[in-house]
Amino acid sequence: MMGDLVGKLSLDAIPLHQPIIMGAVGFMALGGVGIAALITYFGFWRTLWSEWLTSVDHKKIGIMYIALAMVMLLRGFSDAIMMRAQQALASTGGPGYLPPEHFDQVFTAHGVIMIFFMAMPFIVGLMNIAMPLQIGARDVAFPYLNNLSFWLTTAGALLVNISLGVGEFARTGWLAYPPLSELAYSPGVGVDYYIWALQIAGVGTLLSGVNMITTILKMRAPGMTPMRMPVFTWTALCANMLIVAAFPILTATLAMLSLDRYFGMHFFTNTAGGNPMMYVNLIWAWGHPEVYILILPCFGVFSEVIATFSRKQLFGYTSMVYATICITVLSFIVWLHHFFTMGSGADVNAFFGITTMIISIPTGVKIFNWLFTMYRGRVRFTTPVLWTIGFMITFTIGGMTGVLMAVPPADFVLHNSLFLIAHFHNAIIGGVVFGCMAGFSYWFPKAFGFTLDERLGKISFWCWFIGFYVAFMPLYALGLMGMTRRLDHLDNPVWHVYLVVAMGGALIIMCGIAAQLAQIAVSVRDRAALRDLTGDPWNGRTLEWSVASPAPAYNFARTPLVTSRDAYWDMKRRGVAHRPFAAYRPIHMPRNTGTGVIVSAFAAILGFALIWHIWWLAIAAFVAAVAVAIAHSFNEHGDYTVSPDAVARTEDVYLEQLASQA
Amino acid sequence: MLGKLARLSGRLSIVEPAKMQRKIGKGLAVAAITALTPLLGGCQFEVLDPHGPIGVDERSIILLSTGLMLIVVMPVIVMTLAFAWRYRESNEQATFAPDWAHSNKIEAVVWLVPCLIVAVLATVTWTSTHKLDPYRSIAAAVKPIQVEVVSLDWKWLFIYPDLKIASVNEFAFPVGTPVNFRLTSSSVMDSFFIPKLGSQIYTMPGMQTKLSLLASTPGTYDGISANYSGDGFSDMHFAARVMPRAAFDKWVASVRDSGRDLTMSVYRRLAEPSEHVPIAYYSDVEATIYHDVLNECADGSACTDDAMHLAMAKETFGDVGLCNAARILR
Repeated sequence: MMGDLVGKLSLDAIPLHQPIIMGAVGFMALGGVGIAALITYFGFWRTLWSEWLTSVDHKKIGIMYIALAMVMLLRGFSDAIMMRAQQALASTGGPGYLPPEHFDQVFTAHGVIMIFFMAMPFIVGLMNIAMPLQIGARDVAFPYLNNLSFWLTTAGALLVNISLGVGEFARTGWLAYPPLSELAYSPGVGVDYYIWALQIAGVGTLLSGVNMITTILKMRAPGMTPMRMPVFTWTALCANMLIVAAFPILTATLAMLSLDRYFGMHFFTNTAGGNPMMYVNLIWAWGHPEVYILILPCFGVFSEVIATFSRKQLFGYTSMVYATICITVLSFIVWLHHFFTMGSGADVNAFFGITTMIISIPTGVKIFNWLFTMYRGRVRFTTPVLWTIGFMITFTIGGMTGVLMAVPPADFVLHNSLFLIAHFHNAIIGGVVFGCMAGFSYWFPKAFGFTLDERLGKISFWCWFIGFYVAFMPLYALGLMGMTRRLDHLDNPVWHVYLVVAMGGALIIMCGIAAQLAQIAVSVRDRAALRDLTGDPWNGRTLEWSVASPAPAYNFARTPLVTSRDAYWDMKRRGVAHRPFAAYRPIHMPRNTGTGVIVSAFAAILGFALIWHIWWLAIAAFVAAVAVAIAHSFNEHGDYTVSPDAVARTEDVYLEQLASQA
Repeated sequence: MLGKLARLSGRLSIVEPAKMQRKIGKGLAVAAITALTPLLGGCQFEVLDPHGPIGVDERSIILLSTGLMLIVVMPVIVMTLAFAWRYRESNEQATFAPDWAHSNKIEAVVWLVPCLIVAVLATVTWTSTHKLDPYRSIAAAVKPIQVEVVSLDWKWLFIYPDLKIASVNEFAFPVGTPVNFRLTSSSVMDSFFIPKLGSQIYTMPGMQTKLSLLASTPGTYDGISANYSGDGFSDMHFAARVMPRAAFDKWVASVRDSGRDLTMSVYRRLAEPSEHVPIAYYSDVEATIYHDVLNECADGSACTDDAMHLAMAKETFGDVGLCNAARILR
């Protein structure tokens, strides 16, 4: 009876005898309680609920995405430090401090969290904050859906973190290759946590992709033809098309894996006709486009940053757009390079090796275009520019090692080695993380109304930049020495030295993260001095800088008319920017709704119930989620109108601020 | 440039580890050692110090591709730093052209140069991928040795079908002789890799992969699984012992003398998950073991190939026809 009520769940699922895990859980719980206490102390609950959690405003949702990403960065980075420490301590024959079953969860969680719950929310957050403003839209096409997408992503993140204290996480590596991830070899709940966390978050990502594409295709300001769109918007469009094309593959693949695990089917099992190679192909058919989903918007960020701070038009806009489209298409025909060693024939391996190299052509063009944007410009070395230059150097090296491994015979000796680990961190830290940080400091004033402290921003950059090289250059060397990935212990005094240095690098990166947190704290403290009154702190070129910081809920008092690329720059040049309007029109706006939070809460419960085989709860949660969503569709009061007077009041404040700065 | 790279890598392997350790003894800071180690300890870079023709070819491809790419990469890095510095805001002397954003000449160069380099690389890729296809047997005057490899949780089983012997976590072969591996796995995916000899290949349950390697100098080389396969994965080491023909014959004799046979029941015990398994020799091998592992019937269930033959026969003859066909065949 008890079994029916709670499924596989019992008190044994809580790893009380593992001090490291309980410490981490305790720390997280303490953090949560601390935050809750602060919110209560400041009486912030009501505002938090009505202004933020239920918000359908793309800017606030963007901020929440980035907050999620930052918290998950801390979690994923703790995993990274634990791994580096374990390998440094356990490389001279000792067992270290993490037993294999724990170490294996740590590297799996690190990968899953960093990709799905750090990088993805960060990118989607930046797109949310900047893209609708760049195209002169009031909001995204489906504001409520946007809120739901965010909360579904959060529900996935929540499940991953619950697995720390209740049960276990997958010990399979971040892509959960079968047969290892099949019931026969992973009988615990770890893989189930993996599956349901990704399925729920994946739905959120897919919906967000649909939303963004629709927004870009249908809601651009009049005159903004495709070839006048800011490059960040272009990259967002391409990235979201990749999301819509690739995420269903992930969903289907994980669904098949769960059919194997829950219903004894044989898609990827060893026996009865199952074929694990199919999974490996499918997961990478999603996985490789995923890499470009992350990097393309970052390319967009760098394009905006380098043009703005060189006080110059972006060099080779048309090239840039076509290069982006090339990469988007090509990213779907390279997936096999992740497993040249699986025994495909030479023709197949060579084909995928060459398609992979071809991607480096448009990517190289982009790098050259950023170079020539600086050429004959006036480069201001602000924090976003440091991230951009750091990216150009680092990413070029990462690209080179990537193309190297695209040559199958080179990959035959480098595959799965620490050389590979160094390569993809080179591309992901040097590209995606640097891009996110550049975008964060670039658009922060637009989101919050004050700029970030430059000094701490630069300290953070240098720590990340130097820390990256100290942490990952030794891994390149270790790969060439024949060290493979995911070893929980080894015995090699030479490798030990390199691993200790890599650990040192991770600690330098930790200083970088600490500097970033300090930067936010200091900037909030000094917000009065850092206040951005003009809405245009960087002398920007695109429309997001033509409105107040933070932007009003309705974004634009009147929809702007676009006559060229760099629309706002053009307005400033023609002297027509910020011209007061004689009269404002009423603005039709969506109302906040708690449906997204509630549906996602039920989705999280559904996931938890499925993981622990608590069938009654799974059915109840599913029915509840669907019922709430259906009930929401009957809500006839999902909108309100901002009166012209209210618009005028808001805009007058802004115009006065502008006048005071002029 | 490529010649220089090759010479450099040759020079790297001169300094011995003993000398390096003496230096450590002198108490240099750890950081300094690491900065120097890549320059001094060439012999530690197993992948760049191969002892077989496959590895040697792969090393030269790594060096050649890196050299080719450096033609673009070096200028990009230099230009990034140079442009950023030259056109810094405080440098009033530098030309400022805020509306200059297009140049057909530059665009042509930035598209064409990467295209050319990728064209060269693609040619190298196409030919080398075919030449170094792991399935291709290495041509040699000597008759190749056949070895069947089974990855188990968490150890390696080596079966010599022609010699009817087997060993665990160690295998040997004569120097200068090609070894043709046929590989499979008993449980999950692993990757069979001897860094000093070159190419790795996955081992997968119910499937067979192939690999051909040759060692040109005698020695004992570390072998690993290069694909994570669960808790005991980190200790999945094996030794690949390369020896002169006479020594190999002696090794074979010593295996034959071990007095233990690898029967199906011994295999089933071996297949159970275990770690730190000591080296073991088997003087005789039940002939069907590798076939049965590959066809997933080592546990006594129906073999995949039989099931497939049956299914194909059913397709051709139908159920009734099948009985008749079986009768005729009998």
